[in-house]
Amino acid sequence: MPALPLDARHGAILTLALLISAGVGEALAAPSAPSIIETILKWTPLLAQGFALNIAMSFLAMATGTTFGVALGLGQISLLSPVRASSWFVTQFFRNSPWLVLLFYCMLLLPFEIRIGNTFISLPGWAKATIGLALPVMANVSELVRGAVQSIPSGQWEASEALAFTRFQLLRMVILPQCVQRMTPPWMNLYAILTVATPLTSVVGVSEAMTLTGDILSSEGRTELLVPMYLYLLLWFFIYCYPIALATVAIERRFQVR
Amino acid sequence: MVWTPDQPLIRMRDVHKTFGAHTILNGISLDVMKGEVICIIGTSGAGKSTLLRCINALVPIDRGSILVAGQEVHDAKLDKLALRRKVGMVFQQYNLFPHRTALENIMMAPIHVLKRDRAEVDARARALMRKVRLDGKENSYPGELSGGQQQRVAIARSLAMQPDAMLFDEVTAALDPETVKEVLVTIRELAEEGMTCVIVTHEMGFAREVADQIYFTDRGVVVEHGPPAEFFTECRDERTRRFLSQIL
Repeated sequence: MPALPLDARHGAILTLALLISAGVGEALAAPSAPSIIETILKWTPLLAQGFALNIAMSFLAMATGTTFGVALGLGQISLLSPVRASSWFVTQFFRNSPWLVLLFYCMLLLPFEIRIGNTFISLPGWAKATIGLALPVMANVSELVRGAVQSIPSGQWEASEALAFTRFQLLRMVILPQCVQRMTPPWMNLYAILTVATPLTSVVGVSEAMTLTGDILSSEGRTELLVPMYLYLLLWFFIYCYPIALATVAIERRFQVR
Repeated sequence: MVWTPDQPLIRMRDVHKTFGAHTILNGISLDVMKGEVICIIGTSGAGKSTLLRCINALVPIDRGSILVAGQEVHDAKLDKLALRRKVGMVFQQYNLFPHRTALENIMMAPIHVLKRDRAEVDARARALMRKVRLDGKENSYPGELSGGQQQRVAIARSLAMQPDAMLFDEVTAALDPETVKEVLVTIRELAEEGMTCVIVTHEMGFAREVADQIYFTDRGVVVEHGPPAEFFTECRDERTRRFLSQIL
């Protein structure tokens, strides 16, 4: 998976585009209408609420996806062939399904509440969407784990076996710690991809930043707002993902040196 | 079967091993008494590394028998971990754990496999570092050490398990000429202390110096063997003579 090609110049271009489109919009607007920058700032608190939901969904989906993905990845290197085969199948299935299709499935198939004993836990749309996003994350993490384990030189296995480590000890103390290092950059990259994919949930009706931007635009009813408003939203995602991309590159470099 | 010191510590009889269509070992037999040092020489691809890996069950054999201290290795019910606690192994590529310091590399197995007390293992690991002349490098990571230093850490790591025998698989083949000597000196000291060693090597001078027995293998069989003095001067087989003339 290639790293997101993010660059500081992209941020500058985005900001510039936002300002130009705001200027153009201003020129097109009726003279009595409030300025575009003013309107954007007015809606910023609401947009921030929506964006917080995007981030929350990305966090939860990443945590859930990673937890199950690591288990699935370890299943793929199991010595038991039925475990290995079924883990492989589940991984391939979710890795090769379009994210939007998985989202729709989760929205439509999961119940709106779950009953555990006598307590009912309601499952709001955003929670279902988070599960939908966690599934492809899980499959991708599973492949990351399998790939990382297989990239460890066979000498590490031989040396650990010769020292009489059990398979569990060997994985826990020798193989997996080395995998964590190798997996961190692609795992962070996956997180950035997941974050920019969270607006997909607007299609299934989650009130995140993308949905709210649409709502704001329809309530304002001003066509000249359209371009600046969406550029503004893009800028939010950029500001959040850019440091992650920088950190990913920095970590990758550090590992190459050692 | 109970092993007594008058029997070989390692006894191989008619060991066969094939990988697919390739016959690697084609009826190997050899004996190693306790405290004895044997060197195995031979052309590359003669199955020397596989032979070593059969002794600690890293590679399962197809036919024949390997007894290590009376324990049959060619046995489906073999306790591999118990066997490997008794037999140490050092590899051509060192295979140190790159995410752990030199000292931690040495301490891991005694703590987690032998369940020894950490303080005791720490003291012993530091003593081993001194023994291989690497005191001061305890907290270095393998990547910060030279090849020869890494290989000596690897030897110390194996010794920390207090094995009955040590297997050395071309341990100087990946080293720079100037660091070969420091590793060979370490192995010779071990041999002089009475450690049972099975050494696969291309260093003929070293083999002549430390070995009690030299085995020449070719195409999966032992062509001939004998004490170094006899082996190098009076070898009878044509293949051995050709090999020695190429290498000496």
